[in-house]
Amino acid sequence: MRAPSGRDIAAGEVLLAVENVSLAFGGVKAISDVSFDIRRGEIRAIIGPNGAGKTSLLNVINGFYHPQQGRITFKGRPRSAMRPYEAALGGIARTFQNVALFKGMTALDNIMAGRALKMRRGFFWQLLWIGPALAEEIEQRRRVEEIIDFLKIQHVRKIQVGKLPYGLQKRVELGRALAMEPDLLLLDEPMAGMNLEEKEDMSRFILDVNAYYGTTIALIEHDMGVVMDLSDRVLVLDHGVKIADGVPAEVQSNQAVIDAYLGLSH
Amino acid sequence: MLGPVLETLIGGLMTGVLYSLVALGFVLIFKASGVFNFAQGAMVLFAALSFARLSEAMPLVLAFVLSVLIMIALAYAIEFLVLRRLVNQEGIILFMATLGIAYFLEGFGQSIWGSDIYKIGLGLPTNPIFILESVFPGGLLIDPAELIAAIICAVMVLVLAVFFQVTRVGRALRAVADDHQAAQSVGIPLNRIWLMVWAVSGLVALVAGMMWGAKLGVQFSLSLIALKALPVLILGGLTSIPGAIVGGLIIGAGEKLAEVLLAPVLVRTFDLAGGGIENWFAYVLALVFLLVRPQGLFGERIIERV
Amino acid sequence: MLYREVGQFKTSYGADQAIFPIAQDRWFVFALIAFAFLAVPLFAGQYLYTEVLIPVLILSIAAIGLNILTGYCGQLSLGSGGFMAVGAYAAYNLALRLPQTNIILVFLFAGIMAMLVGILFGLPSLRIKGFYLAVATLASQFFLEWAFARVKWFTNYAPSGSVAVGRIELFGIAIDTPVKTYIFVLAMTVVLALAAKNLVRGRMGRMWMATRDMDIAAEIIGIRPLHAKLSAFAVSSFYIGVAGALWGFLRLGSWEPLAFDVNRSFQVLFMIIIGGLGTILGSFLGAAFIVLLPIVLNQLPAWLGIAMSTAMISHIEFMLFGAIIVLFLIAEPLGLARLWAIAKEKLRLWPFPY
Repeated sequence: MRAPSGRDIAAGEVLLAVENVSLAFGGVKAISDVSFDIRRGEIRAIIGPNGAGKTSLLNVINGFYHPQQGRITFKGRPRSAMRPYEAALGGIARTFQNVALFKGMTALDNIMAGRALKMRRGFFWQLLWIGPALAEEIEQRRRVEEIIDFLKIQHVRKIQVGKLPYGLQKRVELGRALAMEPDLLLLDEPMAGMNLEEKEDMSRFILDVNAYYGTTIALIEHDMGVVMDLSDRVLVLDHGVKIADGVPAEVQSNQAVIDAYLGLSH
Repeated sequence: MLGPVLETLIGGLMTGVLYSLVALGFVLIFKASGVFNFAQGAMVLFAALSFARLSEAMPLVLAFVLSVLIMIALAYAIEFLVLRRLVNQEGIILFMATLGIAYFLEGFGQSIWGSDIYKIGLGLPTNPIFILESVFPGGLLIDPAELIAAIICAVMVLVLAVFFQVTRVGRALRAVADDHQAAQSVGIPLNRIWLMVWAVSGLVALVAGMMWGAKLGVQFSLSLIALKALPVLILGGLTSIPGAIVGGLIIGAGEKLAEVLLAPVLVRTFDLAGGGIENWFAYVLALVFLLVRPQGLFGERIIERV
Repeated sequence: MLYREVGQFKTSYGADQAIFPIAQDRWFVFALIAFAFLAVPLFAGQYLYTEVLIPVLILSIAAIGLNILTGYCGQLSLGSGGFMAVGAYAAYNLALRLPQTNIILVFLFAGIMAMLVGILFGLPSLRIKGFYLAVATLASQFFLEWAFARVKWFTNYAPSGSVAVGRIELFGIAIDTPVKTYIFVLAMTVVLALAAKNLVRGRMGRMWMATRDMDIAAEIIGIRPLHAKLSAFAVSSFYIGVAGALWGFLRLGSWEPLAFDVNRSFQVLFMIIIGGLGTILGSFLGAAFIVLLPIVLNQLPAWLGIAMSTAMISHIEFMLFGAIIVLFLIAEPLGLARLWAIAKEKLRLWPFPY
């Protein structure tokens, strides 16, 4: 198991560096020669028109896809092609566009599942239940309840997630990602399909996660208002190519970005 | 040495064609509805029983026609009573439902038609044919009944393969297999399509049942033939008609050859009580294949998207 | 009204995570177990033991095993019969060649052997899923069936191909009457069921269920698919192997490989489908259902005064099995366990309608 332990990164230093990464499926180029970095403690937005390669980029960071070219450095250590669970071990958590919850389990169990990496008690203690396994279970439950309180989902914790409304499902998924105590949290369109009120709630949660837990966040989002309000820096992709990278104000007034969104450049 | 091996090979290939026919029934239903129809074997048995018993009381052609009607009625019943109520359930639920249908059909068939062994007299020639007498002493033995059965099956397989590839209906069926609800929402008459597919599958099962029944006699173990068709599906790919053909040939030949060539070696080395490798060889072959190529020879790549 | 939880506040997470958080459930189960151990031996006759109680208990263990693999972890397996055979023959060979071994160790050995074979045949699950995996498990089923029929060493070179075991004894007490057999099997079942319940409500259960529901997402939160699937195969096969050994030793006495053929595999699968996938309770309910149905069906014609051949009864059995499975899948895919849970829900309010 190659867990990229890396070194401790201070706030403001580069946590993740993506250098000249290219990814193609068959003949289709999803990402072409993209380079950027994410600094510890910041909220980084990744935006771009549909099909720009944003989700593919997250998938590469996550370990789902392996880029044909380029290099990724995480916590100061270059990363070879790895499987998603190795990325998880290394401290990267992820949410998905289409909520990837365990539909057969309750909200509480889903978030408890997020603690999987932290639970170490062996098989025979599990058989016995009473003793160290129970103690660990209770300890983890305590931490998970903190997250549940934080996200205000106490009232639905024992309900099967398949039965929850979409907005709450997204919150549970966020909770599961938080349960991993990640260094880097990747959010793929966390506000998709939400109304204004839900978006405001989710925005507050994201800001709180960043402020309270200090988690570095990279998010893909389409709502420009949210992006401008939440993020410290913005990366703009179009057709797999980076066309802008900077603070929100810069990006907003960047002609190439405006053209891309209006479809003028093609 | 080569002579007997060739004989076995030819025999195996012909058996393989019969396997293909059974596998074809599976593929049709899977392509059109995404359902893995475990009841295919029971359908073969049921069809064979109907034909065998009916042909005792009436001319063969009439018995055949009636059997076809019975299988169509069966398709109706399955569609109405079971499939319609499980639309858009997960594949595993549908699979288990077909398991239930299989058990039901086996019991039902035998309670109506009886559970003895019945003969199907198709009037096929029984005198063995010998070919290549100039090359091998005595020539290679070919059972003409098996040959005719193989030819009939091959014809059916080809007809169905062409039908699926070329016609509009065939294309619609392929669309349905992808997503029931989506197909419904664009106006494809789901129920009628399923009905047609299960009816055709029933017809295929009838022909397969007749061929196998003529060969082995119609009895309960016929439904186990379907279990043999599963490795064929694995090898060929669950969604592929050419795959069912090729898979059937490979399994049929492979099985027989393994029994003749491999079994004696194993018996000697491990001091076994007899061969009988045929019981599991096809499966292990399919398993090994699966590990190398999980979607089968011609199946569609299973791409998981997040 | 009887079933109110009002006033039952759990003041610790430990209490919340107990197997039976509601007091009425706890009392019910304790009473049931006490009844099973103490009261049943007072009135039950031989028939009840040998034809109902013992088969149901042993098959429940197998059902729990398959439920762990298929119900909790989502790996469809049609190879249960084969693994039961491994357990039975492993136990037979150990008892034969090392006759002094404690019987508990013999059964443990059976489970471990089955577990090892299960891990081996479970390896394909890392590459293969769904129906394909089901077919792959059939490979293990047919191969094992064949192996125990042909490899003479397994049957100790018996010319007939079948093996027989004498009565067993535990710490000097001979287990030779139906009552003693029943108590022994009951004790094993309770211990194994409790262990299984402990596993599935902890981190391993969550790991398995996550793999079942969405194995890609499971990998993302750090659950290794290898670990999840193989551990499911391992634990499942252990249980099924123990059940096979118990079946051979205490239910059959003598057997051939046919006792563990593909029909047995289907039987165990039906148990968990009807009983409830992904529940421990469902394993018991399903086993009871599958064992009792043929018995009821056999007696029914006599009670109703209709004459029917045994062949006909067997056909009707098949039909009913099939029909009931389909019915359950349409009406209540979560099985008897779900129906039980719904009944309890209703009891909460009874006699009020809402």
